[in-house]
Amino acid sequence: MTEAGAPIAEPGAGIGYQGPLRRLGTRLAAGRTVPILTVLAAIVVLWYAAAIGMNFATETAKLDRAAAPYTLADTIAATWGSERPILPAPHQIVVELYTSTVLVRPSSPRSLLFHAWVTLSSTLLGFVLGTLLGVALAIGILHSRTLDKSLMPWIITSQTIPILAIAPMIIVVLNAVGVQGLLPKAFISTYLSFFPVTVGMVKGLRSPDRMLIDLMHTYSASRSQTLVKLRWPASMPFLFTSMKVGVAAALVGAIVGELPTGAVAGLGARLLAGSYYGQTIQIWSALFAAAFMAGILVWLVGLAETASLKRMGAKR
Amino acid sequence: MSAAPNPSPATLANLLLTGLLALGVLAAAFAVLASGGWLLLILALLFWALAWRLTAALSAIEPSSRGARTALAILIPALFGATLLLLWELAVRGLAVPSILLPPPSAIGETIAATTSLLWADFVQTVLKAVLAGYAMGCGAGFITALLVDRSPFMKRGLLPIANLMSALPIIGVAPIMVMWFGFDWSSKAAVVVVMTFFPMLVNTVAGLDAAGSMERDLMRTYGASPGQSLLKLRLPAAMPFIFNALKINTTLALIGAIVAEFFGTPIVGMGFRISAEIGRMNTPMVWAEIAVAALVGSLSYGLVALLERRVTFWHPSVRRD
Repeated sequence: MTEAGAPIAEPGAGIGYQGPLRRLGTRLAAGRTVPILTVLAAIVVLWYAAAIGMNFATETAKLDRAAAPYTLADTIAATWGSERPILPAPHQIVVELYTSTVLVRPSSPRSLLFHAWVTLSSTLLGFVLGTLLGVALAIGILHSRTLDKSLMPWIITSQTIPILAIAPMIIVVLNAVGVQGLLPKAFISTYLSFFPVTVGMVKGLRSPDRMLIDLMHTYSASRSQTLVKLRWPASMPFLFTSMKVGVAAALVGAIVGELPTGAVAGLGARLLAGSYYGQTIQIWSALFAAAFMAGILVWLVGLAETASLKRMGAKR
Repeated sequence: MSAAPNPSPATLANLLLTGLLALGVLAAAFAVLASGGWLLLILALLFWALAWRLTAALSAIEPSSRGARTALAILIPALFGATLLLLWELAVRGLAVPSILLPPPSAIGETIAATTSLLWADFVQTVLKAVLAGYAMGCGAGFITALLVDRSPFMKRGLLPIANLMSALPIIGVAPIMVMWFGFDWSSKAAVVVVMTFFPMLVNTVAGLDAAGSMERDLMRTYGASPGQSLLKLRLPAAMPFIFNALKINTTLALIGAIVAEFFGTPIVGMGFRISAEIGRMNTPMVWAEIAVAALVGSLSYGLVALLERRVTFWHPSVRRD
C-alpha cells in the first residue's frame, strides 16, 4: 500500500525497485566481502595511528639528537620508518616478509621460508601422528566399556591442563637422551593435537542414532562392519572439525617446542631471537608467517572436508 | 532386569578378592624392587592385569541409585589413574631410569612437599597476578565488544570472520612483543592473556546473542520491550551457555599464555620461569612438581567455572535433571 499523495509512477515506488548501481551496493553490503574489507581497512588505519603514538617518544628523541630542525611531518614519517620501532608500521612488516622470503635463497637460515618449513614439517608430522592416535583411541574407547569409564574422564580432564608447559621438558629431556631435531617437536604437536581428535571422534562415532544401529543389527552386521559402514562415515564431520582444532594446536606446539633449544631454527626460534636482539620487525614478520601458515593449514583441512563430504554425497 | 540386585553379592565378593589380590601383588612387587629382574616384571604385569580386571568389573556394574553411580564415576577413573602412577613408580625404579629422564611419582611428591613456599610464590606471581588480571580483562573486553558489535549487522559480518580466524591463530607468538612493551613483570603476561582470551569470548558471545529463538524475540516485541530490556531479559540469559563455553576454554588458554610468556623473560619468580630455569639445571622433579601444580590449577579453575555454569544455566537441557 502506498501512502496517499505519493504517485505510483515515482521511481522506487514500485516493488522495491532499485537502479543497477544501488542494487550492486545493497548486495555488496549484505554480503561478507565489503564488511570484512572495511574492518580490515579500519585495523590498518588504527595500526598506523598506533605506530605514530607508540614510536613518537623515541623518534622525537632521535630527531632532537640530530640537532637539525624538523617538522611534525618528519616525525610521523620517522615513526613509520624506524629501524627498531616499538610497533612497526604494516608496510615495514610487508617489506620484511618480502625480503626474507623472495629475495633470500630458501635454503639460507636468513630466509623466513626456511624457518617456516622447519616448523611446518614438525607440525605436519605431529598432526598426522596425533590424528591417527586420536582416532585409534576413539575406536578403543568406543569398543571397550572399561576404557570409556576409566580413560575418557582423564582425556577430558587433560584438556583443562596447560599441557604446553610440559613442552620445554620434553625437548630438553629427549635432547639429553640423544633424540634431536624433528621428532621431539613433532611429539609435542602429537600430544596437543590428539586430544581434540579423540574427544571429537568419540562423539562422532556415537552420533548415528538408535534406528540406524538397529538397522545394522537386523542386517546381522558385525561390530567392525558397523564401524566401517555406519559409524565411520557418520563421524566424518566431527573428524574434520576436530582436525581443524588439532592442526592449529599442533602448530602452536611446534612453535613453543622451538623455544627451549636455544633458538636454532623455526618460527619459534625466530620469535625468540627477535626478542633477544630487539628486532621487532623480525618478530612481527615471524608472527605473520605463523598466522598465514595456520590459516592455510585450517583452510586445507576445510578443503579436504568439502571434497570428502561431497564424495560421500553429503549436501552442502 | 530389575529382579537381580546389581551388584550381586557374588560380584561384590569377586571385586573384593581381585582388589586384595592386586594389593598383595603390588606389595610383593615393591618388596622385590631392590633386586629387580624378571620377577619384578612378572609381578608388575600381574598387577596391571588384576587392576585392569578390577576396573573392568567395576565398569560393568550399573547401580540403580544416583549417589552410587556418581561415586562409581569418580572411583573408576581414580583407580585407573592410581594404577598408572603405581606402574610408573615400579617401571622407573625397577628399570633404574635416571631421575633426569623421568622421576618416579614419589620423588615428585617429595619435591612438592619440600618446596611448598617456592611453589606458592610462583603460583601467586603467575596465577593470582597475571592470569586473573588478564582473564578478567580479556573476557570482559571480549564481552563488551560483542555487545557493541551486536548492534550493527554490518560490523558483525565484518568482524566475526576475522575474529574466527584470529582464534585459530598461534596468538601465543605475541608474547615476546608484550614482554618488550610491558616489561618483565606480570603485566606483560597479563597482556598476553588478554589477547589470547579476547577472541574466543567475542566469537562465542556474538554467537550466543543470536541463540534466542525468533518466537521468544517476537514475544518480547509484543511486550513492547526495548532493545535493552530484551537484551537483559532474553538474549543474555540465552547466550549464557555460549559465554560459559568461552569462559571454560579461556581458563586453559589463560594459564598456557601466562606460562609460555614467562619463557620470554621474567623476574626470577613464576611458574614458567621455574620450569625453564629448572630444566636448564636438569632438575626434573622440580619441573614435574610445577607441572603438577599447573595441572591442578587448570582443572580446579575449569571445575569452578563449570560449577558456576550449572548454577547460572540451570534451565539448560544439558544441566536440567528430569
